[in-house]
Amino acid sequence: MDLKIFIPLAIVMALTTYLVRALPFTLFRKKITNARVKAFFDLIPYTVLSAMTFPAILYATGSLPTACAGLAVALVLSFMEKSLLTVAVGACAATLAATGVMMMLQR
Amino acid sequence: MAPETDVKNSETSVPAANNGGTFHEGFKDGLAIGLGYLSVSFSFGILAVSSGLSWWQAVLVSLTNITSAGQVAGVGIMSASGGLVEMIISQIVINLRYSLMAISLSQKTDSSMNTVKRALLAYGLTDEIFGVAVSKDHETGSKYFFGLTVLPVIGWVLGTLLGAVLGGIFPEFLTNALAVGIYGMFISIVIPKAKHSRMIAICALIACVLSCLFYYAPWLKAHVSSGFAIIISAVIAALAGVFCFPHDEEAVSGKEVS
Repeated sequence: MDLKIFIPLAIVMALTTYLVRALPFTLFRKKITNARVKAFFDLIPYTVLSAMTFPAILYATGSLPTACAGLAVALVLSFMEKSLLTVAVGACAATLAATGVMMMLQR
Repeated sequence: MAPETDVKNSETSVPAANNGGTFHEGFKDGLAIGLGYLSVSFSFGILAVSSGLSWWQAVLVSLTNITSAGQVAGVGIMSASGGLVEMIISQIVINLRYSLMAISLSQKTDSSMNTVKRALLAYGLTDEIFGVAVSKDHETGSKYFFGLTVLPVIGWVLGTLLGAVLGGIFPEFLTNALAVGIYGMFISIVIPKAKHSRMIAICALIACVLSCLFYYAPWLKAHVSSGFAIIISAVIAALAGVFCFPHDEEAVSGKEVS
């Protein structure tokens, strides 16, 4: 990637990420008491991850059927509350298996 | 949030007098996280290179951010030559949870955590490190926290390097399959929580629907960049949860489910 695009964005990104962690950790040592504010903060991780996963995961492999295989396995394994590692590896394996099936069908 | 399951049992080896935890104890607790990160950041390395970054750019992004969701969004903005304001807002919103985790962890740290140590340790505060640190029975001291941070950071950066370099050598069908891994990790964080909290389940669903709307509606797709689409979807979905379930705030924490 062109350094004129990469460098400023990379610096701003690293600084923002660091300050979001460091400012509250060093300055703010009281508990949040407002229930609504707290609920908002509690929900944000899940809504962010959901919005990032859909619909992006469907196009991650360049082929809708193989991506759906990975998605389906990831959903089932996470519903069974398997660990991060198991879900990530399982989703990749399912996508790979589906790719193999597709290749055989196209012959 | 996800892989603290096999980490908790090491607590038994800590003598009661050692109230802040040792470096060694933290180091050991970080092993499971580090291994998990190694595989997930491998996916990120592949994703970053396929978005147009070189291998060292991908590694630099991982080394300076240590976060999955923020980096995926950030690399998306980079590949679209997005603006600095878009980058700042997206990183604030996506990483907002770290602010809350930092505040929450602040209550559980002992007196060895002075401002300088806090400023250093804030660098490696992730979902999983937070999850392990708050799950300890004792207060967490700076030595424990330093130990806990080491392996996850190494795993995250090393995995990115391997993914970025090997991604070019692997055949395309293999890298395509591995790119699903990082989304698999996102799913493994959301689904178990959604299973136990209706509020999280509904909000996650709203976020998915909104995000798809931004992707499939031609006018929105043309006028709203992908970074902003994620921010807007996530904030509206979370606000909907806060205001549509006004008496259900406790449900979010999942405390009613054992």
